[in-house]
This record gives sequence, C-alpha cells and structure tokens, in this order.
Amino acid sequence: MTPPAAGGLATGRWRWAELAFWLAPIACFFLFPGYRVLASQVLIIGLFAMSLDIVLGYAGILSLGHAAFFGLGAYTAGLLAAHGWGEPISGLAAGIVVAAIAGFLVSWLVVRGEDLARLMVTLGLALLLYEAANRAAWLTGGVDGLSGVTVSRIFGVFSFDLAGKTAFFYSYAVLFLLFLIARRLVNSPFGLSLRGIRENRARMPAIGAPVRQRLVAAFTVGAALAGAAGALLTQTTQFVGIDVLGFDRSADVLIMLVLGGTGRLYGALIGTAVFMVAHDYLAGINPVYWQFWLGLAMVAFVFFARGGILGALGALAARGGRRP
Amino acid sequence: MIGVLFDGLAYGSLLFLVSLGLSVQMGLMNFVNLAHGAFAMAGGFICVVAMSRFGVPFLAALPLAFVLTAAVGAVMERLLYRRLYGASHLDQVLFSIGLTFMAIAGATWIFGASQQPVRLPAFLRGQVHAAGIDFGVYRIFLLAVVAVLTLALAALIERTRFGAQVRAAVDDARAARGLGIEVDRVFTTAFALGSGLAGLGGALGIEVLGLDPVFPLKFMVYFLLVVVVGGAGTLRGPLLAAMILGVCDVAAKYYLPQAGAFTIYAVMVVLLLAFPAGLLGRRT
Repeated sequence: MTPPAAGGLATGRWRWAELAFWLAPIACFFLFPGYRVLASQVLIIGLFAMSLDIVLGYAGILSLGHAAFFGLGAYTAGLLAAHGWGEPISGLAAGIVVAAIAGFLVSWLVVRGEDLARLMVTLGLALLLYEAANRAAWLTGGVDGLSGVTVSRIFGVFSFDLAGKTAFFYSYAVLFLLFLIARRLVNSPFGLSLRGIRENRARMPAIGAPVRQRLVAAFTVGAALAGAAGALLTQTTQFVGIDVLGFDRSADVLIMLVLGGTGRLYGALIGTAVFMVAHDYLAGINPVYWQFWLGLAMVAFVFFARGGILGALGALAARGGRRP
Repeated sequence: MIGVLFDGLAYGSLLFLVSLGLSVQMGLMNFVNLAHGAFAMAGGFICVVAMSRFGVPFLAALPLAFVLTAAVGAVMERLLYRRLYGASHLDQVLFSIGLTFMAIAGATWIFGASQQPVRLPAFLRGQVHAAGIDFGVYRIFLLAVVAVLTLALAALIERTRFGAQVRAAVDDARAARGLGIEVDRVFTTAFALGSGLAGLGGALGIEVLGLDPVFPLKFMVYFLLVVVVGGAGTLRGPLLAAMILGVCDVAAKYYLPQAGAFTIYAVMVVLLLAFPAGLLGRRT
C-alpha cells in the first residue's frame, strides 16, 4: 500500500538537523558539567512547552492555565513518593494519568467557547487549583511546599544523585520518548486535521472532521504531557513547590513556546532552552531587570518576530534559497 | 450582614470603575488587554506621588490621576495598541502580558516592592453610625463618586454625539466608517477615557485594594471577570457583574476566611460556565 499523498502531510522521515539537535543535550552534559542541573530543567520544561504546543500551536486553543496540569502531575508524583511509593516509572505514569483525566474533563468546558472564554476558563481553573493546593496545606504543604519526597532507584539500579547525572538521563529519555509520540501524532492525519481546525474551524466539519472530538483529544494529550513534565520535575528535584501551579508558570511557558515558534514541536524545545539560559544569566544579576527585559522582549516579539526563532530562521532560509 | 453587603458594594463599584475601560476595549476594539490593571496602578502611583512629593490634597490628586493616566493611555493607543487591533488574540495576550511585566518591574524599581500608604483627609476617615450599623465614611464617598460617574457616563453614551458614535462603532465598525464616523478617533478617545477611569479607580482604590507593584497581576482576573461575566461593550452588564463579584468576595472573606480566594474563583468559574455570553451579553 502506498502512503497517502503528502499534501501538507509531513513524511515523518528524520533529517540530519534533527539528529544533531538530539545530540546537543548529550554534548552539553559532557562539555558543561557545572550546568547539568540546569540542563535537566531545560529538558523538563521543554517537555512542558511541547505539551502546550500541541494545545496552542496545533489545535489553536489559547490557554492561560496550562500549569494546572503540570502541577497536577507534579503533586501526584510527589504525594505518591512522599507516602512511600517512590518507584519513579509508575509515579510518572500516575502523574500522566491524573493530568490526562483532568485535561479530558476540562476540555469539554474549553472547546465550546471562543478565545476569550477559553482563556478565562483555563485561567480560572488554574487559579482555583492553585488556591486549593494553597489551602489544603495538610496534604500539599501549602506555600512551604511538599517535602519528604523520596524517589527510589530507576529500575532499582540508578539512584538520583546530587550531581544530577541520573536526573539528566532520566529526563532526556522521557522527553525523547514522549517527543517521538508527539512527532508521530502531529504528522498523522489526526495532526493534519488539528491544523485544519486551527486554520478554519467552520469548514472542517464539511470534510467530515469531528471538530469537538479532535479538540478534546488534543487538549487531553497536551494535559497528559504537561503532567509528565510536572512529575519529572518532582522526581528529579525531590520537592514540590506551590509555584508549579502558579500563573507565572503558565505565562512563562507560553512565552517560551512563542519565543521558539509555535506549531513545530522543536520551537518549544529551542524556545525553552534560550529562555532558561537567559533567565539563569540575567536573573542572577537582578530579578527585577529580568522581568523588565522579558516584558520588553515579549512586546518586541509581537511586533517584529511573530514566528519566533524558528520562524525567523525559516524566513532566512527561504530568502537564502531564492537567491541565485 | 448589611455591613458586609455595603462593603461589597463599595468594593464592587471600584471594580466597575476600573473595568469599564477594559469593557470598552474588548467590546469596541475586540482587544484582550491584560495590561489594563497597569493603568489602574499608574493612577494609584500618580496619586501617591502627587500627595507625598508635591503636597497636592487628595481630592485634587484624583482628577490629576484621571487626566495623566488618560494621557498615557492615549499615547499608548496611538503608538502600540492600535497596531494590534486586527492581530490574533495570542499576540494581544503576549503583548499585554509583556507590558504588564514591564510596568511591574518599573514600579518595583522606582517605588520598591512594599505597599504604598495613602493618607486620607480627616473628613473621609472614620465611621458613620446609622440604624445600629457602622458605615465607613470613605466607602460612602466611593459609592457616591462611582454613582455620579456612572450616571454621567450613561448620559455620555446615551445622549451625546460621541456616545452615538461609540455605539455605532461597537455594533459595526465597518458600517460606522462607511457613514463617515472617524472610528480611529473614537477608538483613541474611548481608550483614553477608559484608561483615565482605570487610573481614577486605582487612585480611589489605594485605601480598599491596596497599591503595590504586583497590583496589575493581582487584580487582572477580577477586571477580566467583570467584563467577561458582564458582557463586553455595555454599561449595565459590567456594573451588575462587578457588584455580584464585590459582594461575593467580601462575603467570602468575612464568612469563610479559611477558604481565602478559593470561593471567588469558584464563583468565577461557575458564572463563566453558566453565562458563556455574559449576564447581559448581546447574543449575536
């Protein structure tokens, strides 16, 4: 059987640039041993940004409360580990399942509205969850955070060390695995139909695409991946702070995604890397300055670089290709 | 009970005053402006600086806050906001969050992160005792100011030429343009008016809402909620929504202090789900 004609459907074949991209973190691991903890954080938050890319970049759902699912995954893994279930793989799976269920339930409220209603519902639910975690201090530790999270060895062999070696490779492996799934998903006819809905929601039913089900599915997948990222953060840092549910986290991840470029998966990962390295450097100087420059960069981005870093690179490449 | 209701109404009237500009921006220009709270904060800081540095009396600082914030709003509209009227909501959200971050960082840099105090004149302090209940004088003053302003705005919208132009532009900007209404100028004026009202609300609200650099983020949800629940582009909708919200929030803090902000967010989500088009929204 021949594959379907590729009218916009990516072939899914791997390119050299992609291989190089996935080797880069490994290179960083060996070249900059002092930054291994930061590198694992980039991998984890990169997964979080990628989850938002499926919701926003592919399905076109504007969410200002994506941290809700990140936090659910983080607290699920954290509570399990704090109460004696320290096995990391099953803890990660539990985080994914809880976030996916929550995402599925919320998605029905989200898909029926327009941009503004979606924005408000996601924002409101995330705030509600934050406040709930804040008030249920007996369970979550409240503003002090959930401590006493002890994660046992991966496969009973690799323990989480202070230098962050295990944390790095664990995060890398999980990110890569989930990226493969996401890549397969967005290159499938399902991913194509999501793009169709994003571009013109009214016309998609005419070619037989069940808009509502597709959006529900995309939102659920996005929530599940966000839950995975949250669980990873908990397991690698052995701590859950209440900021995992905060508005700043939702806003930051949105910025990272847009910085890298939406709707390409890699944009989320590159945007996260750039954002977090810049944050590590600038916030070390003065946190207030960081916030100011971040705000200025966002305004500038909206006016001058709508496609993000990858969009700008793509435009450059297209210009270079046209030159004789 | 009546005291809580009264405080809630005073609080709600403040929310209404600040949110009105946002309602105009969302209804008229279809612009999701998350930075609206920054204009309110600007008004608050103008009031504080005018009083503490230049010795301006409180009652004179209020109009000053209105005028200066309106001027800032007009400039911002001309330079920045205008370019994004046709942009996607994502762009508008990013732009206005960026603006909010800059406002917060700027205010922290200039004024520090602490709460700003305001010294009310003697005749606005204290309590009035009536029918066995204490009413705060300042809250009575607040309610009176907002009531007068609301009536004035209603007259402006319903009775004047400018009001007719605004209503026409809200209904159909293209047709309004075709009739020779200078929609761009209406937009700028409406934006400046809304910003000014937010600034005035911020200045009046120092005593009730407080004033610190994170003000725009802290109250962003409230302002958005008033507009979304009330339905954008009307006067009565946001008024009703602001009053419901104000009373609910004050009552929740009074009767269920251990639940904190949880109650108000729950009310918000329920209202959003129950009235997707707003309480008094136009159904198109």
